[in-house]
Amino acid sequence: MSGGDAVSESKSTDRREWYLASFRGFERSLNGGTASSLHRIRRAAIDCFAETGFPGRRDESWRHTNIAPIVRTSFRDAPDSPPPGLSADQLAPFTYPGLVGTQLVFVDGHFAPSLSSQETALSPHHSGVVVGSMATALKEVPDLVEPHLGHHAPFAEEGFAALNTAFIRDGAFVYLPPGARLDAPVHLLYLSTARCSEDPGHGPGQEGEEAPVTYPRTLIVAEDGACGSVIESYAGLEPSALYLTNAVTEIVLGAETRFEHYKIQRESGGAYHIASLHVTEARGCDFTSHNISLSGRLIRNDITTVLDGEGVDSTLNGLFLASGEEHVDNHTSIEHASPDCVSHEFYKGVLSGHARGVFRGKIHVHQVAQRTDAYQTNQSLLLSDDAEITSKPQLEIYADDVKCSHGSTTGQLDEEAIFYLRTRGLSRDVALGVLTQAFAGEILDLIGCEPVHKRLAELVSAELGATLHSEAPQ
Amino acid sequence: MLRVNNLHAEAEDTQILKGVDLEVNPGEIHAIMGPNGSGKSTLAQILAGHEAYTVTGGEATFEGRDLLDMAPEERARRGIFLAFQYPVEIPGVNTAYFLRTGLNEIRKDRGEDPMDAMDFLGLIREKLALVEMDESFLKRSVNEGFSGGEKKRHEILQLAVLEPRLAILDETDSGLDIDALKIVAKGVNSLHSPDKSTVVVTHYQRLLDYIVPDFVHVLMGGRIVKSGDKDLAHELEQRGYDWIARETATDSVADAVGV
Repeated sequence: MSGGDAVSESKSTDRREWYLASFRGFERSLNGGTASSLHRIRRAAIDCFAETGFPGRRDESWRHTNIAPIVRTSFRDAPDSPPPGLSADQLAPFTYPGLVGTQLVFVDGHFAPSLSSQETALSPHHSGVVVGSMATALKEVPDLVEPHLGHHAPFAEEGFAALNTAFIRDGAFVYLPPGARLDAPVHLLYLSTARCSEDPGHGPGQEGEEAPVTYPRTLIVAEDGACGSVIESYAGLEPSALYLTNAVTEIVLGAETRFEHYKIQRESGGAYHIASLHVTEARGCDFTSHNISLSGRLIRNDITTVLDGEGVDSTLNGLFLASGEEHVDNHTSIEHASPDCVSHEFYKGVLSGHARGVFRGKIHVHQVAQRTDAYQTNQSLLLSDDAEITSKPQLEIYADDVKCSHGSTTGQLDEEAIFYLRTRGLSRDVALGVLTQAFAGEILDLIGCEPVHKRLAELVSAELGATLHSEAPQ
Repeated sequence: MLRVNNLHAEAEDTQILKGVDLEVNPGEIHAIMGPNGSGKSTLAQILAGHEAYTVTGGEATFEGRDLLDMAPEERARRGIFLAFQYPVEIPGVNTAYFLRTGLNEIRKDRGEDPMDAMDFLGLIREKLALVEMDESFLKRSVNEGFSGGEKKRHEILQLAVLEPRLAILDETDSGLDIDALKIVAKGVNSLHSPDKSTVVVTHYQRLLDYIVPDFVHVLMGGRIVKSGDKDLAHELEQRGYDWIARETATDSVADAVGV
């Protein structure tokens, strides 16, 4: 981070002013679009931010994650139009070969029609399914968007979610009418083109050297009996660029829906990524979240799912890899707000170098939520002496007839297993790779979508291969 | 093939081997017997390269090369195989992948091409039949949830796939019922040939009814105190180990067995 005077002197409150000024500029750019119901929500959100600002370390839920580098940096809006010359070839590494569903690409926060599937007509086609950009959806199908957008993910006392909500401009909207079936997953690719600072001595925060920020916003509504899956990918084109992705996703699931959500996070090595996913599940829902985090300087995921009807079956799976100086914080919260629901949670982390990991898994069983069955497990593998994990299961149970359990383990690879593999001819490095990949593979194997599973297996293998190589002695 | 000369070794500052001598030539089957805690398994693990033990004296060579200088994987590639007393469970690594990866590492070292999945399937089917294991094992994680007998048969399956020059079986008979014991013995015997050698480490004579040794050695107090032919094993079965301790009656042995 730069030692620039203006920046190092700045306090959180000054930063707040900076965002408020930025919001006023944003309002002017809306050219009269400030009368909409969405804009009332934007204003409510910026007011919340004005009041509470960024979370501090005294905030219990942010105690293990230092966001000072984000607060210090002057983030400017990412450019309006994608840099010329961005081609489909450049996107290829961020797609999933064999995946046939609709793909929407967002470059620096803006929908890029030319890079997206051609069949993404926004106006509802005969099946009634809508897949398109948020900006267009707000114009063309406001009746489907406005009842939900900004109404599920809370932003009071959530500084980052408040900013995302205040700056809602574009993102993705997916709507499944009652009983609809998506044949193939929808892929939403949020790509950053931010470049590395050319002169490392003049880091972000210096005049003319600010880092870009985007506020991707995703809303998914599945009506009763619908069935589908959506993949959200976040990635940076430049391996070590600095930028901030501040993303919020709301998923609203009607009764008896079956829905799978994938979040694949591959931001640039210098990037910050703060995201929240909020899921509301009605009676009889079957929901699975796969949250895979592969890179990025500072990553924070807040995942909240509200089991808001009887007989919900909700699963949260996660895998995070962190190396070098990376920091990954996964905060999950399962709200058992109805009786007879089941939740399963399985998170694994692989940490090397000086990486820090945080896992907080809250299970909140409300008083009405009798016969809740909740199981949570978190396992972490530390590949170096300097890597650290903080794992905090948090069970709050107010009903008396519940089955609730959690388990957390942290450790190194089993030396006896390494020896066993070596006696079968595998070198120590190969043995470490096999065992580490087996550890991570347990989460990847829960991914039912084969093109995603295959691509992630390659990416994880490559990432762990590089990690183990750098951890090897000599 | 294998020469062990005056080998001393310790673990966590406890001297376990106190001068072991052993010579195994091609085609020979040796049995190493002895009471619990005599150092049998330690010797087996040291020959395979376990790092928990420190060699404090003596030497070991395999086909003329210094064995103690080699990493475990190098020993495996040169043809030494240890069948584990307690095979390790490895969740998430499927057995077929494990077997093929090991085989291909060894083939690579021999300058042979790696075996692809199809060719390997042909090979493994033949080997599975030898130890009467079902093909479904291939899809399971290595040793995970295997019964005691299945784990031991899986060790012999690995032996059959890797075809080492020297097989060391560490208490492969422990925990096996008589049927499983026969299957294991049949596997070992069918893999034996005039250019291969086998060292059977066991507490009981029972296995040696099926894998008949050319030489039997008694390891006590960290040394081989008596050697003989297969009749020695029968004698041990009838008389136990105490008489050897009295017969050899060296101080160190007497100390070790507490007589």
